[in-house]
Amino acid sequence: MLNVVDNKIEATLTTRKSLIQVLQPVQHVEEKKVAVLENAKFEVAKAAWTGKIEEVTIGATSADGGTRESTVTIGGEKSLPFYNFDHQMPYPPVISVDCFDMPIPLAKAVRGFYEDVMEDPGEWAKKNVREFGADMVTIHLISTDPTIKDTSAREAAKTVEDVLQAVKVPIVIGGSGNPDKDPAVLEAAAEAAAGERCLIASANLNMDYERIAKAAHDNGHVILSWTQLDINAQKTLNRYLFKLGVPREDIVIDPTTAALGYGLDYAFTNIERMRIAALKGDTDLAFPISCGVTNAWGARESWMKGSPLAEDSDWGPAAYRGPLYEIITGLTLGIAGGDMFMMMHPKAATAVKRVTQMLFGADTDGAKEVNVDDWVTWEANK
Amino acid sequence: MKLSSPMDAWKYLPGTNCKECGEKTCLAFASLLLERNKKLEDCKPLFEPKYASKAKELAELLAPEIREVAIGVGARASKIGGEDIMHRHELTFYDRTSLAYDVWDTMAEPELRERVRRITKWRKFYVGEFLTLDVIAVRSVSSEAKTFARCVKCVAEETDMPLILCSFDANVLEAGLKEVSDRNPLLYAADKTNWQAIMALAKRYNVPVTLFSLDLDTLNSLATTFAAAGIDDLILDPGTYPTGEGLADTFSRFVRIRRAGIVDGNKGIAYPLMAVPMTAWMVNGNQDALDASYWEAIIADTFILRYADIMILHSIEPHSLLTERTLVANIYTDPRRPVSVDPGLREVGSPTDKSPLFVTTNFALTYYTVESDLSSSKIDCYLMVVDADGLGVEAAVAGGQLTADMIKETVTSYDAEKKVTHKTMVLPGLAARISGETEDATGWSVLVGPRDSGRIPGWMTDNWPPKT
Repeated sequence: MLNVVDNKIEATLTTRKSLIQVLQPVQHVEEKKVAVLENAKFEVAKAAWTGKIEEVTIGATSADGGTRESTVTIGGEKSLPFYNFDHQMPYPPVISVDCFDMPIPLAKAVRGFYEDVMEDPGEWAKKNVREFGADMVTIHLISTDPTIKDTSAREAAKTVEDVLQAVKVPIVIGGSGNPDKDPAVLEAAAEAAAGERCLIASANLNMDYERIAKAAHDNGHVILSWTQLDINAQKTLNRYLFKLGVPREDIVIDPTTAALGYGLDYAFTNIERMRIAALKGDTDLAFPISCGVTNAWGARESWMKGSPLAEDSDWGPAAYRGPLYEIITGLTLGIAGGDMFMMMHPKAATAVKRVTQMLFGADTDGAKEVNVDDWVTWEANK
Repeated sequence: MKLSSPMDAWKYLPGTNCKECGEKTCLAFASLLLERNKKLEDCKPLFEPKYASKAKELAELLAPEIREVAIGVGARASKIGGEDIMHRHELTFYDRTSLAYDVWDTMAEPELRERVRRITKWRKFYVGEFLTLDVIAVRSVSSEAKTFARCVKCVAEETDMPLILCSFDANVLEAGLKEVSDRNPLLYAADKTNWQAIMALAKRYNVPVTLFSLDLDTLNSLATTFAAAGIDDLILDPGTYPTGEGLADTFSRFVRIRRAGIVDGNKGIAYPLMAVPMTAWMVNGNQDALDASYWEAIIADTFILRYADIMILHSIEPHSLLTERTLVANIYTDPRRPVSVDPGLREVGSPTDKSPLFVTTNFALTYYTVESDLSSSKIDCYLMVVDADGLGVEAAVAGGQLTADMIKETVTSYDAEKKVTHKTMVLPGLAARISGETEDATGWSVLVGPRDSGRIPGWMTDNWPPKT
């Protein structure tokens, strides 16, 4: 009886012999080489999304009643960012470079670029376009904050006119973030810029968003719907805007940017979740996404001379860290779903523009010629 | 993993509700297994002989979709791969992207040793712990076996980090491998020309191996061939083009390979992926090092987000290490982890009734940053943590979660008046806006501290003790 059982086991072992040999190689089979490669074909399915992100155009040329010489269009995606193998992304992300209506404290690495134009928002905006290649310019009317300068809505509107005169690219008009003052400021600015199809930043749940949205709509602008890292709040605010009669093609959303090391994980996942929900058919969230990448300068690593902690390894020069914090913050959110980046450091803006153009498929510089396995023997300068 | 409900896992457990794992029931344990918050080994009884077959089956069902490969030995060994999902909100990414920094065998020995020491010792405090780097990649630039072996020996003497031995020449690799055969290094790489020799090495020394091919059919074929030969501690390198359409193509390959492994369930390609941001240096690294280090970080960012499980980098300048390692920490943070700490009145160092009392919010990152700045500067003090719905100071002031009333409530709840005699609190600089209201609401004197807690030591010199 025992023998029979043993034989059975032996038989099983024999049939599986080849498998066992390869799974548990013993000395005498080890040197026996596998002669040919197996022939496996790599195949992968395409992702099938049902949703589509709204296409939004910012800026109006004379043909559309404005005075811009260029416009930008963002959105329109039917797949995740740069997933051109699922569906070609229709428009590459765009960069809007910030300027302010008064001199502001800036990190040393940024300050040098703007010192000569800080007193004049028009000159500042011009520099952003002429020297730093901005697709758009954002004018932040921060001096209107009652705790800063309490500049009047009328004066602020004048600044907007100056910026519109100074540059011919589309502009973003930002308030100070003061919930009591912003509605009046943004309303006056929207009126002053009537017909230019600016992006009005922004309608928030904690202020009179109705007045802001109405001013934007009545004067032919796009509205930025801003919430703080909260997918449900974003849906809620967007629905309020629909109810007010804001057309879908006039809405961009800002789900909040947190800097690398300071909540970027929340911002990344929040944006990625919104974009995936939209592609799965949630029309409340199917809008282009704007990211305030300048927030990266709030990270202490961006500007502080060295680590406040003695235990840390050397942080190196702040001038090298700051722009890279801004780049990584922007690119990370671009891969999550960002369509538009408000930025500050020219080098960071250029780098984010370049890499997103490449991933989009527009920048074909031929570097495929690089022998990518040669890195093993690559020699660095002494 | 192949399980979708706790009941599916529960069927394989002893079902005795013995509580040895710390859970009340086997079903509760099963659901934690699915969430990857408990390990199978936590169920001790399951490893009794009578459950052996169940334990084995359950282990297979729980195995992550992407194979988990260990490299190195000891405390700094790295686990690579082990992923189950495409997007972090679906559960959590698991084994963080291992960052490997390079050394090469044509370096002068003192320079080599110094570089290894820098990589080994680098650290950065972040949210309650020190971030460190993961791996050292040793490149054979000389293509000479002896030179490579000598270099690997030096590196091994200086570090306990896991190593990657890099050459396409099996003889060179073996010379290096002999020096560190007990350290479980990763071999780089087998390709379509040398794979037989590398396969023999991987078998003889029982070490993990990287497969390289730009052609995905070949890569899949290499992986299938190695697996059939019993070598499945594999890492796949589909090539990393640094710029232009090549970069777009690389992005596409990483996403599609990972999708084939996780979504389509193609086991033949469900291995950890290697990216090589270092290729950025081959474009113009010897002309503009700063530019190359930025571009390298950009490629690193792209593939930390899109599915590289290990990557090889060249710049060890502080700006590179800070950004790359911080991004890995961010993306691999479990999104289910609470974002806040408990409110309360904490002691930092050994405070007395004359020590300052600082106010902050209960966002974990804010709290840990302030706490570490204070303790690292050896400031004995109280740190009053206000419940601001887990928001940082600036956002909480803007959103109305950090208010004078909330501060008053915290002062009362935690008996702050009994801790210090001076009745003075220091608000964060970013909360300056509410300092007046806070004085009115609490009856305390309110000082406004710096906007960044890293500047508290300097602030203390000028402002503490308060002038009366």
